[in-house]
Amino acid sequence: MAKNCHNDYKMKFTGEEEFPDLSLHNNHMAKVLTKEIYGKLRGKSTPSGFTVDDVIQTGVDNPGHPFIMTVGCVAGDEECYEVFKDLLDPIISDRHGGYKPTDKHKTDLNFENLKGGDDLDPNYVLSSRVRTGRSIKGFTLPPHNSRGERRGIEKLSIEALASLDGEFKGKYYPLNGMTDAEQDLLINDHFLFDKPVSPLLTCAGMARDWPDGRGIWHNDNKTFLVWVNEEDHLRVISMQLGGNMKEVFRRFCVGLKKIEEIFKKHNHGFSWNEHLGYILTCPSNLGTGLRGGVHVKLPKLSTHAKFEEILTRLRLQKRGTGGVDTASVGGVFDISNADRLGSSEVDQVQLVVDGVKLMVEMEKKLEKNESIDGMIPAQK
Amino acid sequence: MGGETLLGTIGIFVSTPDSNSPQIRQQGSAMPFGNTHNKAKMNYDSDQEYPDLSKHNNHMAKILTPAMYERLRSKETPSGFTLDDIIQTGIDNPGHPFIMTVGCVAGDEETYEVFKELLDPVIEDRHGGYKPSDKHKTDIDPANLKGGDDLDPDYVLSSRVRTGRSVRGFCLPPHCSRGERRAVEKLSIEALASLTGDLNGKYYALKNMTDAEQQQLIDDHFLFDKPVSPLLLASGMGRDWPDARGIWHNDNKTFLVWVNEEDHLRVISMQKGGNMKEVFNRFCTGLTKIETLFKERNHAFMWNEHLGYVLTCPSNLGTGLRAGVHVKLPNMSKNAKFEDVLKKLRLQKRGTGGVDTAAVGGVFDISNADRLGFSEVELVQMVVDGVKLLVDMEKKLEKGQSIDDIMPAQK
Repeated sequence: MAKNCHNDYKMKFTGEEEFPDLSLHNNHMAKVLTKEIYGKLRGKSTPSGFTVDDVIQTGVDNPGHPFIMTVGCVAGDEECYEVFKDLLDPIISDRHGGYKPTDKHKTDLNFENLKGGDDLDPNYVLSSRVRTGRSIKGFTLPPHNSRGERRGIEKLSIEALASLDGEFKGKYYPLNGMTDAEQDLLINDHFLFDKPVSPLLTCAGMARDWPDGRGIWHNDNKTFLVWVNEEDHLRVISMQLGGNMKEVFRRFCVGLKKIEEIFKKHNHGFSWNEHLGYILTCPSNLGTGLRGGVHVKLPKLSTHAKFEEILTRLRLQKRGTGGVDTASVGGVFDISNADRLGSSEVDQVQLVVDGVKLMVEMEKKLEKNESIDGMIPAQK
Repeated sequence: MGGETLLGTIGIFVSTPDSNSPQIRQQGSAMPFGNTHNKAKMNYDSDQEYPDLSKHNNHMAKILTPAMYERLRSKETPSGFTLDDIIQTGIDNPGHPFIMTVGCVAGDEETYEVFKELLDPVIEDRHGGYKPSDKHKTDIDPANLKGGDDLDPDYVLSSRVRTGRSVRGFCLPPHCSRGERRAVEKLSIEALASLTGDLNGKYYALKNMTDAEQQQLIDDHFLFDKPVSPLLLASGMGRDWPDARGIWHNDNKTFLVWVNEEDHLRVISMQKGGNMKEVFNRFCTGLTKIETLFKERNHAFMWNEHLGYVLTCPSNLGTGLRAGVHVKLPNMSKNAKFEDVLKKLRLQKRGTGGVDTAAVGGVFDISNADRLGFSEVELVQMVVDGVKLLVDMEKKLEKGQSIDDIMPAQK
């Protein structure tokens, strides 16, 4: 679905006549957007032409879910977060635990600062993974970018990734032009991403011109993967079987840094500022954009009355092994950090490492019919 | 050249949406949004921005060359609709090997003028060679229809005529703002509320329908739902759903108006049996009354003498009219000459679920194939005469007789 919010005739109508009907809505945008804010912002646009109606269209078209609080807005370029701060600052505060407009975000991609993480019990921790997103300065974002921009990003990405070597030596597969054999293999490896079907994404205009300019790169070892022009300019993923999160994080940091240097050399560094950290399409991914997680067997702990509380205190969240909104299968859960903004990459992965270690110990106790009451953690 | 490039020229924005002449946007307007939605695209060459249409099979993809794209890419209509807006749906929906989709939409009345270089050939391709210099004739005087009241109800189960209308002064569904859409709804409610007699009816807004009302409308086969077809969604027509969308129908359930679905208005007249004359009478009377009411409020329907009624999809230009019947033709439809007969009669067949559905029990939806270049009366006449002949053929085949001597000439 395209969005089409650059209709100049709308200024002939009052703010009241144009204000969306949000009466059935439950998302961050609908909670925050008042007629006053809308009236103030409706005449503005970013230098590339993104308007407040563009920002909110996805939230207008997708009222939300009674239990899941979606964000309901997107950025079309880096400047959105400044031009529309009256709307986006309160949403960011709401979504990121009270993060204030004056707060500073700390970036730390020094993997050596992570303590431990190489000894999570592989009998319980089946796999480990860290992902993030990056936007490339000088290009507008997926809801807004033109074909020329998107292709420009793809071209830069191909060059940057082609210059990687050693453990990062790999190959790029454009979605347009993949052979059937390549496609089957990427599907079997669980690497292939498909055209977004979620109306949350399509209503924001991210699927335009599919599959033009989109592709997947991965290293020969299949432990480092980059998606080009899906929900963000780049999505970077490091993963492997087993519980060695330290190694996964090392590869993540090293690979990311190498890629960033190459983009910088072409005068297209990653979008970042000291308030919001890494700038991404969805406000929920600001800061680190990082989700570090494991697939871990917790059949007993997950049925314990205190499971949710433990997760909350550890600042972790659970998902099924199919990803967000899926159910767990066989007592195996995807456990990852809940935070994105206001703590660093090292901080967040540390929470995962320490938290998962504790939960595995709890699981083992419960197996032996012992109590875990003495192990309940304090709020982190 | 002056007013047509985005960068460098200074001019004055002219906005007279009710005038008949097209307006081409000039740089430096009073509107705050600038001349192209994503301004960054003008930093790239036309070649870098030209879409990949290598796997595409729709009218737009056949016509849009890189050179044409380059000439049109910096233009926009007074309301800000650009070439990329027009073609987005055709890029996102490559098409079907057997069904030729249009692949482009209009965002306002001026689209057809500002982008005529693209749309004229698309129109010509789609509407049987219709030339830029051709004039379209409008005739909604039901007295001009001959016959049509005696189609055999043992064969003709139901009769229906539909068309679309756009309200001048507002952008079309791919582009309209919420304020505009609500204004179209408000005007429509006022206009329809003043209809009386056989046309006395009620409006049901999609967003505050009760469950009971919704069920009734579904049972009557009147309710339309949020578009799911990617052809429509990719053009932006689903935005803000269900805000300002609704259904009006008369108490007798024979005249129905959809507000703000694929076009500003869709108008439908229908009833069981074969009295197409009565269906067309009601259609013309109702439409004329509605048009008068809109005109009184200074918002006539979009129309010009070249394209007839201006609608969102180029395939619906001219009359926007599809007149059809559900008719039992179990023998005729299996006859080797069926397709040829339809073609000669300028008719098309569909299943009874509408376009792309299969026929059930030998019952077909038979309707006019043309939209532009023929008047409403002419098109309905073709349906009336053609269906009469098809039913005669069916009766002959039932009796084991040949139909060779009643084969029609090409209309």
